[in-house]
Amino acid sequence: MSRIRQEPTVHDVVVIGSGAGGGTVTKVLADLGLRVLLLEAGPMLAMSDLKEHVWPYQVPHRGVGPRAEGYFGRSPFTYSATFGGAQLEGEPYTVAPGSDFSWFRSRVLGGRTNHYGRVTLRFSDYDFKPRSRDGLGWDWPIGYEDLAPYYDKAERFIGVTGTAEGIRSAPDGIFQPPAALRAHDVLVQRACAKLGIRAVPGRQAVITRPTNGRPPCHYCGQCGRGCMTASNYASSYVQIFPAMQTGRVQIVANAMARELTTDATGRVRDVNYVDRTDGSEKAVRCRTVVLAASACESARLLLNSKSSRHPQGLANASGTVGRYLMDTVGSSASAFVPALSGMPRYNSDGYGGHIYIPWWLWEGKDLGFPRGYHIEVGGGYGMPGVGSFTGIVNRHEGYGVAMKQAIRDEYGASVGLSGRGEMIPNEQSYCEIDPGVVDRWGIPVLRFHWAWSDHELNQVRHMQQTFRAILESMGGQVRSGQAGAQPAGPARPPISRGGAIIHEVGTVRMGDDPKTSVLNRYCQAHEVKNLFVADGAPFVSNPDKNPTHTIVALAWRTAEYLAEAMRKGDV
Amino acid sequence: MSETPLARVDGISRRDALRRLALALVATGTVDRLAAQDVHRVAAETRAVSGGVYTPVALTAHQYRTLERLTDLIIPVENGAPGALAAGAAAWIDTLAGASDRLKLIYSDGLAWLDAEMRRRGAADFVSASTAEQTALLDLVAYRRNRTPELEPGIEFFSWARRMTVDAFYTSEIGIKDIDYRGNAAMAEYTVPTESIEYALKRSGL
Repeated sequence: MSRIRQEPTVHDVVVIGSGAGGGTVTKVLADLGLRVLLLEAGPMLAMSDLKEHVWPYQVPHRGVGPRAEGYFGRSPFTYSATFGGAQLEGEPYTVAPGSDFSWFRSRVLGGRTNHYGRVTLRFSDYDFKPRSRDGLGWDWPIGYEDLAPYYDKAERFIGVTGTAEGIRSAPDGIFQPPAALRAHDVLVQRACAKLGIRAVPGRQAVITRPTNGRPPCHYCGQCGRGCMTASNYASSYVQIFPAMQTGRVQIVANAMARELTTDATGRVRDVNYVDRTDGSEKAVRCRTVVLAASACESARLLLNSKSSRHPQGLANASGTVGRYLMDTVGSSASAFVPALSGMPRYNSDGYGGHIYIPWWLWEGKDLGFPRGYHIEVGGGYGMPGVGSFTGIVNRHEGYGVAMKQAIRDEYGASVGLSGRGEMIPNEQSYCEIDPGVVDRWGIPVLRFHWAWSDHELNQVRHMQQTFRAILESMGGQVRSGQAGAQPAGPARPPISRGGAIIHEVGTVRMGDDPKTSVLNRYCQAHEVKNLFVADGAPFVSNPDKNPTHTIVALAWRTAEYLAEAMRKGDV
Repeated sequence: MSETPLARVDGISRRDALRRLALALVATGTVDRLAAQDVHRVAAETRAVSGGVYTPVALTAHQYRTLERLTDLIIPVENGAPGALAAGAAAWIDTLAGASDRLKLIYSDGLAWLDAEMRRRGAADFVSASTAEQTALLDLVAYRRNRTPELEPGIEFFSWARRMTVDAFYTSEIGIKDIDYRGNAAMAEYTVPTESIEYALKRSGL
């Protein structure tokens, strides 16, 4: 411990991680007058780093990567505001034999919110009580009514597109007017209508009206590159930069949290971290700490915080830290839609999904799998990039003017459907500390275990049948030779790898029973009263709704509870 | 993730232009079209300074000439509209081959195969063969259905060359104009032409 440089100040709140959870906690606490020290494992984000509006020819490698890595199976994320990926130099993780899992991490202020898809969906009332409905998994200790006011707050502050539809699986919120439907969106909507399925305007964390000093979207379709006008949500430029203006937020960038240490009463006293710029060990004292490092990093930090009082890791007397890891079930299909070929050309960029298909079979008959999924829709004339036409030329082959014509005919005439479904938590999917591997700073790394069950595989079979029905209803030719084109059958259907949808949640779960959960109904550790978790780790289930909106709402609620508890002197 | 190549090409001036664009957006709440175009103008000027002639870094002069001819055949001039040659496809491929040993091997082996096959057919090499001789060979290697043990390496290589020529062309200014991509622009309001929707609906039967 003598090597660690200890700063004497005791901070009101130390927040670890600056993504959707950490950004929300920082903003809410700063607004309530508390002082926040925010530790981020990556560098500060500079808006000038964002690559919005850059053309491929302005990059020497045109996006394929300076070592052409895009041609050899590794995405260079040239334009995306990702600042990370599944492979981080010096920061390995391991996967147990027989498991397949991919862990995507971002190291930058704002984390993965800088680049994410901005799909913003409330959980439904029934999503909080899944076990009561079908006997699988566990119920949340809170209900929709507990979180609804925080969904409201999040939507008012962040701005979300959408329309009131009165669909139980997709509760209405406080929406901004959505953008017009594109031609392929209209086809999808009509095709769905023929099948008795509703497709509704997309719910995206994008503003179409001036909101809280931010100008509205300019419809360049490049949300994933981060938005220079802050017209979509990222915790960096929507929450943290404005919160810094209060003067109550201090950011320590390049701070990789290593361990939480406790005092004689068992409360967290210090956060030890590695300063990544020089590898030195530092520590900050805290009155309270909020973990928002991402579900698996938060679990890792707790598991690595062992002491005689906490031999299984901090807050882990239940042994459930790291358990019940969930991702979203992903499967997709696409088709060439001749009706779109040769269409009068227009700018189809817009923003993300202008339409989506909420789960429509939430009541009634047995489908052969529990729970549900929603479908996201892709299409339009994307900005050409490396690989944009590889599929077309591989199918058509040849060369010369005939090949160019094939590209012209299919450009903008494809429609893609992506299913996003609920996974049931299982005993085989979890993360733990690998006893034999450490990262570049000597911090023990995570080992992942992963298994899909028949629940998920059967759901994917249903997705594929649905995709085919929708695409064929608009005259689409579902692509052969591609995962998703095979009719559902006894063989393993085309399901995403664990972690690949980047919705990993559930490793530090909430519950009323300290024997089976880590956190109480306010995301406060049962055993450690000044320890809170505000990322995806507290999730008890992982409904088909993309997790970010619920991470934000839950973090907002946790921050308000924390501020009040501090005011009353309870923590 | 650091992006040194991007910074190297466009440098400080592009970054300044982006910053001006961001400021214009914040100031007016709408996008200043001119500010957006300024970014692209600055980038074009930066490129012009570096000069027009490309010196290969990975391929020999002969290999490079062969690759230029191959890309020209894959995306030729079409009714006067420039093709892969004008779009600098060979230069881009060579630059990447200079940064990737795997790619360099693919191209040096593949281009050697083309020469060897042309010699077998009685020509001196690929680049000096007649257009008819060149297209006769491409008509074989451009299709998987012609796969034989002898043609296999040529088919494999042509698939790489075709894919990368297409990538190079359609990510160039020339190619983006050719495919008529209308985006990467700022719109005050997002609209979709009724005629496009009607066209698609009518043809879909929905």
